Amino acid sequence: MIETSSLASGALLANEGGGGLHSTAASGAFSALWLVVGLPLLGAVLLLVGGKRTNPFGHILATALALGSFVVGVLMFVTMLDKSGPGRSVDQHLWTWAPVNEFQADIGLHLDQLSMVFVLLITGVGSLIHIYSIGYMAHDENRRRFFAYLNLFVAAMLLLVLANNYLLLYVGWEGVGLASYLLIGFWQHKPSAATAAKKAFIMNRVGDFGLAVAIFLMFTTFGTFSFEDVLGGSATASDGTMTAIGLMLLLAACGKSAQFPLQAWLGDAMEGPTPVSALIHAATMVTAGVYLITRSAEIFDASPDAQLAVTIVGAITVLFGAIVGCAKDDIKKALAASTMSQIGYMILAAGLGPIGYAFAIMHLVTHGFFKAGLFLGAGSVMHGMNDEVDMRRYGGLRKYMPITFVTFGLGYLAIIGFPLLSGFFSKDKIIEAAFAKGGTSGWILGAVTLLAAGLTAYYMTRVMLMTFFGKERWKEAPAGAPADWHEPHPHESPVSMTGPMILLAFGSVFAGGLFALNDSFVKWLTPVTGFSHGDLPMSEWAVTGMAIAMVALGTAVAYLQYARREVPSVAPAASPVTVAARRDLYQDAINEGLVMRPGQYLTRLLVWFDNKGVDGFVGGLAAFVGGTSARVRRVQTGFVRTYALSMFGGTLLVVACTLMARMA
Amino acid sequence: MSTAATATLAVTKVDAPTIEYGKLSPILIVAGVAVVGVLIEAFLPRPARYRAQLTVALVGMIAAFGAIVWLARDLPDDHRGSITAMGAIAVDGPSLFLQGTLLLIGIASVLLIGERRLEPAGGDAFAPQAAAAPGSQQEKDAAAAGWTQTEVYPLAMFSLVGMLLFPAANDLLMMFVALEILSLPLYLLCGLARRNRLLSQEAALKYFLLGAFSSAFFLFGVAMLYGYSGSVSLDKIGVASAGAMDNDALLLIGLAMVAVGLLFKVGAVPFHSWTPDVYQGAPTPITGFMAAATKVAAFGAMMRFFYVALPGMRWDWRPVMIGVAIATMVAGAVIAITQTDVKRLLAYSSIAHAGFILTGMIAMNDAGVSSTMFYLVAYGFVTLGAFAVVTLVRDARGEATHLSHWAGLGRRSPLVAGVFALFLLAFAGIPLTSGFAGKFAVFQAAARGGAGSLVVVGVLCSAIAAFFYVRVIVLMFFSEPKADGPTVVVPSVMTTAAIALGVAVTVVLGILPQPVLDLADKAALFVH
Repeated sequence: MIETSSLASGALLANEGGGGLHSTAASGAFSALWLVVGLPLLGAVLLLVGGKRTNPFGHILATALALGSFVVGVLMFVTMLDKSGPGRSVDQHLWTWAPVNEFQADIGLHLDQLSMVFVLLITGVGSLIHIYSIGYMAHDENRRRFFAYLNLFVAAMLLLVLANNYLLLYVGWEGVGLASYLLIGFWQHKPSAATAAKKAFIMNRVGDFGLAVAIFLMFTTFGTFSFEDVLGGSATASDGTMTAIGLMLLLAACGKSAQFPLQAWLGDAMEGPTPVSALIHAATMVTAGVYLITRSAEIFDASPDAQLAVTIVGAITVLFGAIVGCAKDDIKKALAASTMSQIGYMILAAGLGPIGYAFAIMHLVTHGFFKAGLFLGAGSVMHGMNDEVDMRRYGGLRKYMPITFVTFGLGYLAIIGFPLLSGFFSKDKIIEAAFAKGGTSGWILGAVTLLAAGLTAYYMTRVMLMTFFGKERWKEAPAGAPADWHEPHPHESPVSMTGPMILLAFGSVFAGGLFALNDSFVKWLTPVTGFSHGDLPMSEWAVTGMAIAMVALGTAVAYLQYARREVPSVAPAASPVTVAARRDLYQDAINEGLVMRPGQYLTRLLVWFDNKGVDGFVGGLAAFVGGTSARVRRVQTGFVRTYALSMFGGTLLVVACTLMARMA
Repeated sequence: MSTAATATLAVTKVDAPTIEYGKLSPILIVAGVAVVGVLIEAFLPRPARYRAQLTVALVGMIAAFGAIVWLARDLPDDHRGSITAMGAIAVDGPSLFLQGTLLLIGIASVLLIGERRLEPAGGDAFAPQAAAAPGSQQEKDAAAAGWTQTEVYPLAMFSLVGMLLFPAANDLLMMFVALEILSLPLYLLCGLARRNRLLSQEAALKYFLLGAFSSAFFLFGVAMLYGYSGSVSLDKIGVASAGAMDNDALLLIGLAMVAVGLLFKVGAVPFHSWTPDVYQGAPTPITGFMAAATKVAAFGAMMRFFYVALPGMRWDWRPVMIGVAIATMVAGAVIAITQTDVKRLLAYSSIAHAGFILTGMIAMNDAGVSSTMFYLVAYGFVTLGAFAVVTLVRDARGEATHLSHWAGLGRRSPLVAGVFALFLLAFAGIPLTSGFAGKFAVFQAAARGGAGSLVVVGVLCSAIAAFFYVRVIVLMFFSEPKADGPTVVVPSVMTTAAIALGVAVTVVLGILPQPVLDLADKAALFVH
């Protein structure tokens, strides 16, 4: 249970800081806000409409526009630094789509401290990944299409975080889903990629359904979609409504952010090109759920039940992802499982309310840096290894790819929470916040986050050791290798790829410290999300000490298993737990058994009913209309005398009816 | 002597009508262009005419549009206009809005009419020598000599003059004159097709006969109304009919008969039977012009007639008009289902749309006027664009209008098929196209105006209509192309521009309808 005093102070602060969104109209430099979304959108349109004509320069144009968006974002940031207090929150009303009485579908943008963070992250990391892709996709004949989708994604994601109402947010939400679908299935000639894209899309539909229902509920309750009115009015609505909205928003977040029970698509999504995995399925899109919950802080603050559900989902996913990550041999799938687990941290933190919002976002940003860096590193390794993804076929690569090794290594240190690197500051704060929730649930959540920190250290050390250290297992032909197998020649990637990796490595090292300095990040966000310290049942140092101890433990176990012992180049037989983890804890089997098969039976039943009942009716109706049509068209004889007669009859009818209307 | 002389002078002195030429400038410019067009035919050598006609027509219409903008800026703040030409012509919001729309449609139509890249043997969509009997040696000679006629431009301009005058006419005689000015050139234009000349001439004759028939009803109605009120001015009829209670059979019969004349022009059921035959037979650029522009002009006149002359009589005419609107929507949508010719399909679709537009007109409130005007803009450009696409799909016998020829078009020419699909979706009223915004606006206005039953029928008919629109899309994209199917001809920049304008208006009004809706709202007040 939350102790009264902390709740009160939290609520108070939340009210002082974040209560509603009171913002001024965008003016001055802020009036260029629409350009942030507009530039990448322009790129997507130009490249898709321009077609083959834009092939020679498409990638340059897309990258330039992403950078342009970043520059405008920085301009906004500088302008925002100049302002103070409420001046930092601005609204830009672009136009109204279809005004019908109370139904106001506004197209408008909202920029405040929270969306500012996202704008910089999306355009910054997005631009780096555009640059990286120039090298990575150099030999792909559909490179222009790839960059068009990438720009489309950036635009949609920016719309998602800049929308000033839930309806427009939904547009961005679906937009990123579309871009994600297109990019996962980018190599659609591979059946696995096509299936993965479909899987991601369908699982996301479930979440999107939640968001749609949440928006319906908001409209019926508040009669508006705008953040300002919905969030401002959330204190006035009934608890039941707020809980329902909160749970539906959680469902949406689960879908987009691959949280339990809608997590199964993320691993398969790694079928997309690696830059996509880095940008969409690590740094930005999958964190949209965290944004949604943080943005809707007032709704969750009004419903402790929904908040509890959020923390439970986060806690389950933290462990789920970490356990799966321990057993994966595919480097990208191991990183994907890690992403799931790290987002679990963020969701958990967001569920803690004002104690956790700021840290959720802080972890989101630092994670954006190091996970994007790790993925780009993985891509660089694959680039040099003939697109091999099985870590059992790696080993000893540090000599061949020094830059990749160093940048990946820094990302690795950051994610396990090595002291003074980015992940250390953000993760440690989440663990503290979990304990600070107080009560039994606080202890449970604290323990879960600590355990996951240990597991994170274990599986990431495993990835690191299997890839860059040990015997060079790729030199020997794998069992059952095709006749034309030849030994890969690992080599460092070109500058366009290593450059972004180096920049992201800087972020992985320094971002956390910078944010933690003077609590600057928390202070920055407090006006939007509110902040309260909570009530830590022990000293901060104790929590930090325990966390470091768990990390050391996890690292040590991994070291014993994968550095002191030979790594077999084929996965050995293992305990049922490991097998379960290798198979994603049977998530696909469970989904199949619980949802797919019953779903198939249900569809069969519906198809039967549809054929017999609905089609009979509809078909009959259609046949009736069609038959009527065939009969009536015969009146159209082509003889002008018939036409004249029908006009004359019609005139008589009109005159007669007019006269009768008076009588009646 | 001197007193007698003065007296004589005083008697013979006639007050010359004061005409404010500035306020009539859009109409006068287009009329001038038409006259110049006739002079070009008379005095310029044949090879120079095409270029001259095209330039004069386009420049004239652009100038007229500029005059409209200038007049609209001059409207007083309350957006009420003024009545000029001795009470015969109203220069107010609806006039200017609809005249502007007509001019834009006219510009796009002239671009289509001027297209000369589509016929493999050269020439445009019009007969090389209209006077030659179809199939005669004379016709073959004219075709072989590569003759083209340029009378279509002044004819189209004269028709446009009538259309500009029609929604602005503030008395019934002026309205009748405008009706005839717009109709007579159209009858001729319908008969000028280069291919299928018999069909084209049959269409022209049918249109002429039935048009004359409906004009007679209109004129007879005018006589009745004059008999009742002692005036042909809409205002005076409005005053006289406001207090009508009994002994008003003249009024009721008169209003019904005038309505019949107007309903004929918009192609409402049961006065629609000419539409499919004429749309099919007329040269396709003319069909597009007629379908888009005639509707705009006729609905403008109809709204002025009902809103200015008969607002007090709404309880008498509304039930009948509701019946007509329902019949129009249902008949248009249902009969369209079994059509196998693209042009006839579009003709029935235009009938159904006349029903939807009537729905907005019947609302009898400001929203009704503005939504009807918005619908007319949206519908006009979609129609013109759709007919423009029809001109591009051709085989050896000219335009391949039979639907079976359109199978698999999406595989061969994804761009053209995609554009046509966009227009069809707009006709069907799918969101993010102008069709949705327009339907939404008229249904909303009708619901507010207390015509809920119309809205229900309208939505049901939209569903039926969606069936045949989508069927064409399915045919284009999901059917195997025929081996000897038609080809899509690459047009000149003129048709491309007209289609691009249609696409742009369709998309922009779908995504961003507000500015035009606002403009229509501001322009929704009739001057009394």
